[in-house]
Amino acid sequence: MLRDITIGQYFPGHSFIHKMDPRMKIIASVMYIVILFVSSHPLSLLLGVLMVTGMYMISRISARMVIKSLKPVVPIIIFTAVLNLFFMTGPSEPLISFGFIHIYPEGVRMAILMAVRIMCLIAGTSLLTYTTSPIELTDAIEVLMGPLKRLKVPVHEIAMMMTIALRFIPTLIEETDKIMNAQKARGADMETGSFTQRAKALIPILIPLFVSAFRRADELALAMECRCYRGSVGRTRLKQLEYTKRDAIALVVMLACLAAVILVNIYL
Amino acid sequence: MAVIRTEHLSHVYSEGTPFVKMAIQDVNLSIEEGELVGVIGHTGSGKSTLIQHLNGLLKPTSGKIYIDGEDMWADKSKLRDIRFKVGLVFQYPEYQLFEETVYRDIAFGPRNMGLSEEEIDRRVRQAAAFVNVTEEMMHKSPFELSGGQKRRVAIAGVLAMNPKVLILDEPTAGLDPKGRDRILGQIQEYQQDQQNTVLIVSHSMEDVAKFAKKVLVMNQSKVFMYDDTEKVFAHAQEIEQMGLAVPQVTRVFARLAEMGYPVDPHTYTIQAAKRQILDLFDAQEQKQKKGGM
Repeated sequence: MLRDITIGQYFPGHSFIHKMDPRMKIIASVMYIVILFVSSHPLSLLLGVLMVTGMYMISRISARMVIKSLKPVVPIIIFTAVLNLFFMTGPSEPLISFGFIHIYPEGVRMAILMAVRIMCLIAGTSLLTYTTSPIELTDAIEVLMGPLKRLKVPVHEIAMMMTIALRFIPTLIEETDKIMNAQKARGADMETGSFTQRAKALIPILIPLFVSAFRRADELALAMECRCYRGSVGRTRLKQLEYTKRDAIALVVMLACLAAVILVNIYL
Repeated sequence: MAVIRTEHLSHVYSEGTPFVKMAIQDVNLSIEEGELVGVIGHTGSGKSTLIQHLNGLLKPTSGKIYIDGEDMWADKSKLRDIRFKVGLVFQYPEYQLFEETVYRDIAFGPRNMGLSEEEIDRRVRQAAAFVNVTEEMMHKSPFELSGGQKRRVAIAGVLAMNPKVLILDEPTAGLDPKGRDRILGQIQEYQQDQQNTVLIVSHSMEDVAKFAKKVLVMNQSKVFMYDDTEKVFAHAQEIEQMGLAVPQVTRVFARLAEMGYPVDPHTYTIQAAKRQILDLFDAQEQKQKKGGM
């Protein structure tokens, strides 16, 4: 059950997208988000859909993973779609009028566009974490945030904290699973009962989990000190990030798509 | 009648993702009541997965499990009763302690069973006595105890449910030899006293040889063999090839037999070894006496 959480889950592979520089992947993701929000015409949104489909095909991540990543946002999609459906007004006649509810064709159009946009957004950005290992990701974030160092932002420390947090998500999930099983084996019942009963049933899980998280943090800090970790000063990298031809191709494709979307907005 | 019986039990983890893994394959087992079974196998051989099936924490991908002749998954609402019948002590159970006092932590299981306060009290004290948890410790916070003490408290938490079948996953992992012998001794005592079925998972053959009447050997997600301890250790060579260490005595005796001494190469306990060596010396003395006369 907890194993099914896919946020930040990485699927190793050797596709074009897997091999791209993580910095370029972050830049491309940001560009993709921009494309989605700039596109207001159905045609440009279709391009957005085609892009995300194409990217998943290139990365060879199964379509089931897309559905899995979309599942948790279904309520949000429905919510925004419904809001748009009811509250958008337009110059044309309403399609349906029922008491104070009026549904305009603009509302229907906007609801569909918003739903597609959010789905593309989630699927597209999930691809980043599906194809990039957490370590690569934080390395890239550290480099991309580099300029902020001049403003005395502790960039390295932030990146290190993110790396550690990401690194420990699966560990803590596993730990939670273990503790839950152990308490279930002692007859703990977490699935039935009223809300307060269920909240109370979490105590036997949360306390051991906190205790173990603190213990792990302690051990990790000790292990890092033993290896003479003292922040970013003078720290070198084993793996240097390097842009390749692949990244140039990706950048060109993204720029072309962005241009196409802007052109569609202007001329259609 | 068999307390636990499995039929073609298989489990696959993460089916349909790139991480798919066959954890156990076609396990057919029948464990009789009152037996003390050692379960051994290499890391990743599927022993932990198997035991989590036996109290319904994992649902088999295919196959059936019968507890006391009843199909475990036939009625989901009875699953909780099965967990009280088959007590499972996980690896490093001390990490699951959470209550304010040791007493209340041990009482967690019996309380979930819905027993009366007197019965809970009786069971907590009985379980605590089995693993030598003193009255003074009972009122401390479990987080104040030493590692070995915590372990014993956690085991008591399961013993207090008085399960018909007790399963312990590596109960001695990370303990020093003294703590290890102590816990194993206490479990053995408990088994003799209650005449319950006990399964102990271990990768120390030495430990298994010491206490278990029967041994279940898991290898590469399958049951390699399940038989009486002597019979299993007769396959010492195959077991060693799996990467499991046979008891040191067994290796010494295999070597002695190889060298031509009249000893049993399948000796696996110190007691049996001692007896044989003494017999050997006696025989030699007799021979010398005869020769002298």
